[in-house]
Amino acid sequence: MYPQTFVQKILSRSAKLKYAPIGTTIDIIPDRILSHDNTAAIAKIFSQLGIKEVYNPKKLVITLDHAAPPPTPFHARNHDEVRKFVLEQNISHFFEIGRGICHQVISEEALILPGEVILGADSHTTHFGWLGAFGSGIGRTEVAALWATDQIWMRVPESILIQLEGKLNNHVSTKDLCLYLIGKIRSDGGLYSSIEFAGKCITDMSIDSRMVIPNMMAEAGAKNAYLPPDNIVFEWLANKLDNKIDAQELKNRAIYPDEDAKYSKIIKIDLSNIDPQISLPHSVDNTHPVSNAKGQKVHQVFIGTCTNGRLEDISIAAKLLKNKNIAKHTRLLIIPASSEILNSAIKLGYISTLLEAGATLGTPGCGPCMGNHMGIPSAGETCLSTGNRNFRGRMGEPDANIYLAGPAVAAATALTGVITDPREIA
Amino acid sequence: MMTTYGRIWKYGDDINTDIIFPGKYTYTLQKIEDIVKHALEDLDPTFAKKVQPGDIIVAGKNFGNGSSREQAVTCIKESGIIAVIATSFARIWYRNAINNGLPAIICPEAVSYAKHGSIGKVELKNQTILIDDKSYNFPKFSSTALNIMEHGSLIKYVQYNLRNKI
Repeated sequence: MYPQTFVQKILSRSAKLKYAPIGTTIDIIPDRILSHDNTAAIAKIFSQLGIKEVYNPKKLVITLDHAAPPPTPFHARNHDEVRKFVLEQNISHFFEIGRGICHQVISEEALILPGEVILGADSHTTHFGWLGAFGSGIGRTEVAALWATDQIWMRVPESILIQLEGKLNNHVSTKDLCLYLIGKIRSDGGLYSSIEFAGKCITDMSIDSRMVIPNMMAEAGAKNAYLPPDNIVFEWLANKLDNKIDAQELKNRAIYPDEDAKYSKIIKIDLSNIDPQISLPHSVDNTHPVSNAKGQKVHQVFIGTCTNGRLEDISIAAKLLKNKNIAKHTRLLIIPASSEILNSAIKLGYISTLLEAGATLGTPGCGPCMGNHMGIPSAGETCLSTGNRNFRGRMGEPDANIYLAGPAVAAATALTGVITDPREIA
Repeated sequence: MMTTYGRIWKYGDDINTDIIFPGKYTYTLQKIEDIVKHALEDLDPTFAKKVQPGDIIVAGKNFGNGSSREQAVTCIKESGIIAVIATSFARIWYRNAINNGLPAIICPEAVSYAKHGSIGKVELKNQTILIDDKSYNFPKFSSTALNIMEHGSLIKYVQYNLRNKI
């Protein structure tokens, strides 16, 4: 047998093949199919197929997160149509407004496990590489077809190996690593590829920090991304599953690449060389050390999204802002990625700290990340976001400027009102 | 196969899904005639008003990067564009294009030659692009992609397969 990459192994398993050469097109059967507020639009396409029932309703996971709770009658009607579909098709994995963003909720609910395949009508489905799954975004039409047939064609992609070593410095997070990497390989540097990370230092990373990495690899054009899962991942998931599947069993299901697998490119990164990063408008790969943008006036700081709306991000902000006030004429919007995160942040006192500093709190969900929900910047304003995209118009206003950064830069900037290197805050 | 020439709308690299179809409209606009009015709104506000059936979009690398929103394909297709020619495509946009029967053609040579306002046409069967006085060949589509486009869309292809229980 030839040595194989992670993606070769997982896609061939999903296609019930012993081996799948890179570049071949195979039919795979996913374990999970994700959709969100776009479920109503997919249901309309599905109804054109002339069949009444979804092939396997247990595989579907549906969350209402993109505009939740609904800000307009249009969004309310859309949610209503999603709920009708959920009832008609008997979908058990349905999560209402306020539960949180699909990728975070599915992780917390342990609805996808190591060695499994999830496809979703959302470009950040790459997220699930954090636990050693294959996650990839597809279109609405494809999801409708998947609901009907349970299978889909996939090309077995080339893999890029990112070899990590060293330790991240203080005030530097995995978001900085991602921005640094995307700045290096550009927004098409991972096009059609499986971006597979390796390195013993991954074991030092918290679960929250890990989730950022495959999530952000969508911005390099990746088909999927992968972190090798370890005992920390297996125990975290086993705990979520109340040990119905234990850590050992999860470990048995995990897939690892062969040592001599073939990669199209190998990139080595020493984490200790990375400074806090920032992406300037209007593209994610327009990344610089934060010092290059120092002093830029910011009207709104947004800490949230499936990329950086987790407990660790909120705790970083709370620690930097404890007993302090955010700058005058600057807003700080905090939107936790899930209700579980919000609840923990309340119990740990982070939310009080942030509210006392002058923050505004939003319902767990996607918020203004893609211009659908509350927190839209005005024309001429600058927003610094911990999200994943800063394309022109992304947050709803084409004449606003969006900067992307990690939670420490975001909190330091909220404190001063201008883009600030968190290492310079005492 | 188109027998007449269309005009070329030429754009640069990394034309992302937010400037093709802004996210703020994804859950408010349902009708295709409304969706079409906002095609390329934040990139080129003249496009939706002036595009004619048979026109072609030509762009640089990584066309369609960003969201999985399918309106970023349908707003272009329903505006009358018969093909998008680019140096490379983002993968979800590419799949969405094929699945909606909009040819997404990779041909860097044609991209460097074409200018905004050039005239061009695409002949899928013999994999040829004509731009002004020049002709270019592009690589074959995969058999799956060709099958889907020959049926008109993924939905029609799946309907056919379900009917024939393939």
